[in-house]
Amino acid sequence: MSQPWRILVVDDEPDLEPLVLQRMRRQIRSGKYQFEFAGNGLEALEKLRADDSIDLVLSDINMPQMDGLTLLSQLGSLDQDLRAVIISAYGDMGNIRTAMNRGAFDFVTKPVDFDDLQITIERTVEHLRQWREATASRDKLVTLQNELDIATNVQQSILPSDFPATAKYEISANMVAARNVGGDFYDYVNAPDDRMFATVADVSDKGIPAALFMMSSRTALKGAAIGTGSPREALIEANRVLQADNPTLMFVTVIMAVYDPHSGEVTYSSAGHDPPVVIRADGSSEQLPAMGGIALGVAPEDIFAKNLREHTVTLGPGETLLLYTDGVSEAMNVYHEEFGIAQILKLFEGNPPKNADEAMSTVFDAVAEFAGEAPASDDITCLTLHRNAS
Amino acid sequence: MELAQERDAGTNVISPAGRVDGSNSAEFHESLMAALSGDDNRVILDMGGIDYISSAGLRVLLLLAQHLGGNSTPFAVCSLAASVDEVFRISGFNQIITVFGTLDEAKAQLA
Repeated sequence: MSQPWRILVVDDEPDLEPLVLQRMRRQIRSGKYQFEFAGNGLEALEKLRADDSIDLVLSDINMPQMDGLTLLSQLGSLDQDLRAVIISAYGDMGNIRTAMNRGAFDFVTKPVDFDDLQITIERTVEHLRQWREATASRDKLVTLQNELDIATNVQQSILPSDFPATAKYEISANMVAARNVGGDFYDYVNAPDDRMFATVADVSDKGIPAALFMMSSRTALKGAAIGTGSPREALIEANRVLQADNPTLMFVTVIMAVYDPHSGEVTYSSAGHDPPVVIRADGSSEQLPAMGGIALGVAPEDIFAKNLREHTVTLGPGETLLLYTDGVSEAMNVYHEEFGIAQILKLFEGNPPKNADEAMSTVFDAVAEFAGEAPASDDITCLTLHRNAS
Repeated sequence: MELAQERDAGTNVISPAGRVDGSNSAEFHESLMAALSGDDNRVILDMGGIDYISSAGLRVLLLLAQHLGGNSTPFAVCSLAASVDEVFRISGFNQIITVFGTLDEAKAQLA
């Protein structure tokens, strides 16, 4: 049996400790997780210095003596391969921005939802496992192909797989990695007002540096969505973070949409990414207007913001929003013909999808059928959000 | 990577040909950097011979633009094939790299 993951929870709220122990009792009993607690940043640092086997720090921001942001800035000096997850208030962009800049890996919002927290912990430790494996084999001077495999594993480890399904709508998504190029990912995050942010992104390169850039992109996008509550503002914020320290000019194209289940409205903004497609209830489809943005990570803030717009459409009952990467639209067959957006728009004619999963798999099946024996030259990603018919 | 080059009174016109993707983007970068000279007053990349460019290739163009921007050397690309033009438009890079329709336009207007 492997060692339990060791998690240090840092919060001045005394109620959190019994709650964590109660809600995570199964994982604790099975030896998967082991929790330590500290009441502020100073106490946390003392524990971390005395004990170098902590894997994950879960920290609140506002605490007496030493706050969570100061703690974050101290973690780097510990020379320890750990990850930090920050508990922040929704819309608190100031603190979230600082946390992103100081290398937070992920965010959960207050009030803490334990299902969400458990998923976040799960993903963080899975990522850490992949990452340690990657760095261990890298030390052994890996071949290029190995390096690409490692990067693909790291890429898989940041993708969520527990798809939201409510009475009003559901989400489905998949990413199929190509062997040598690409760097797609998707993500979603729930706002406390029930709105759902969905993101699909494509990083400019593959390999371990690109995998690192992908991780920072995902964290920046999630933090910015929680911090700003608007796709356009979130993209501007994420661009600021990614552009600040990017000497190799990696970039990531992103489509971010937020869905309001109460009104059915979808608001999206695109940073250099293909615009979404809406599948109407009768099975006809249309591509939404491009919003003119520049890919994230390379443009100065003023130029980036000037070109970036936001657009709102309403998703009627039984309608589906489709976010995808160019791995779908530019899929090639053996004759080097492109699948193309026109084919995507015809896919559901006379046969509207009944749910998010059906829409997603129809896209993947069609691409696979079109490509035939031709090897995929790029990652293929598709995320669907389906508003339930009744 | 094949690269034609023509220098005329300080204008360096570089004309690559073929496909640029993740498999040859490093080579593309090296060839472009080797084609630059400290005497260049301005650099035009004639993309007419490029029928496909992936995001890895676009990154090379950004690196080139950054390098030249650092020396304050004017830089533009021209003659984009329809598919390459679309990549420039969707990625938004036509907002950060100067694009001209033809080489003549680039020569006449790039300053």
